[in-house]
Amino acid sequence: MTEIHKDWRNDIYTVFKDLNITMVSHVPDAGHTPLINLCEKDNEIDVVTLTTEQDGVGLSCGAYAGGRKSALLMQSSGVGNCINALALPNICRIPFLTIVSMRGEWGEFIPWQVPMGLGTPKVLEAMDIKVFRADYKDEVGSTVDAAARFAFNTNRSAAVLLSQKMIGAKQFKNG
Amino acid sequence: MIDRRPFVQKVLKNRKDNLRVVSGIGTSTWDIMSAGDNKGNFGFIGAMGQSIPFSLGLAKSQPNLRILLFTGDGDTLMSLGSMATVANHPVNNLTIVVLDNESYVETGSQPTATAGKSDLELIAKGSGISNSYTVTNENDYEKIMNTIYDEEGPSLIVVKCQAKATPLIFPHSFDGSVSINRFMSSIKS
Repeated sequence: MTEIHKDWRNDIYTVFKDLNITMVSHVPDAGHTPLINLCEKDNEIDVVTLTTEQDGVGLSCGAYAGGRKSALLMQSSGVGNCINALALPNICRIPFLTIVSMRGEWGEFIPWQVPMGLGTPKVLEAMDIKVFRADYKDEVGSTVDAAARFAFNTNRSAAVLLSQKMIGAKQFKNG
Repeated sequence: MIDRRPFVQKVLKNRKDNLRVVSGIGTSTWDIMSAGDNKGNFGFIGAMGQSIPFSLGLAKSQPNLRILLFTGDGDTLMSLGSMATVANHPVNNLTIVVLDNESYVETGSQPTATAGKSDLELIAKGSGISNSYTVTNENDYEKIMNTIYDEEGPSLIVVKCQAKATPLIFPHSFDGSVSINRFMSSIKS
């Protein structure tokens, strides 16, 4: 990949297209919304809205068994929901890719986001997921590309954490 | 009440080439393996709650195959939201057969929610899987076979079963990577 887009979500979309990722599942997060919209507009990509993030693990593995590559998009709070499901790609050596928008770290407003935000990298590593991290917009594309290649070339699980510093921390107003 | 082991064996006897079979954690995996070893089977032995989303992903990826999931009430109850996902991202080639014995037989036959007030057919219908029905005796065998091979899915059939322990029939391998690669070889060929 050479081009870096104005919106880093376009860089992730470019990786999806380059690597023929044709199924994208998610429990939505505002940080992922422009990427979800790009995928929704693409007739070659199936977008599946989940009710819980863990179902994206099984969906992704089933898609791979049928010959298709996929990615799971979620917020850091969803990572905890996936723990036991992550045994499936692990024990089957199915490539699994997830892209996680981080909450509870950089200027977070909502205290309830902090526990899972702090736990996210530890939980992923505890389940043998290779964790990549993008802190700056111009490294998103290359990081997602590296994580996806790691997953699909080595039949392992990989997660990209998109830092809240980059996404931006929303400051809520009462009333 | 249906005797699940002979029922599964009957459904899988003389199976067609376009059928691929997935099973959820527990007795369902021993059930499908009891019908004879087949590369077109993939049985969960863990990751409880993941067999429905897995089967959805598989069905979406292989629209020309018929995908049949055998799973239990315990596995299904763990991820009820997956029914809503199946309903709202429908695939016409997926049949989910829930072998509902109303108990966690493998752990000591503790009652599940379906032994109480919960009804998986109604939950499926309420989730939006309109082709859902319950069978309680063998008379509905032809109807079930028609759903599996010919009807437009997604479909969910609740098969009310006796709660009794059955012999464990092991798969070709307990190694997931062996199992999935063997299964995938049945799709490529």
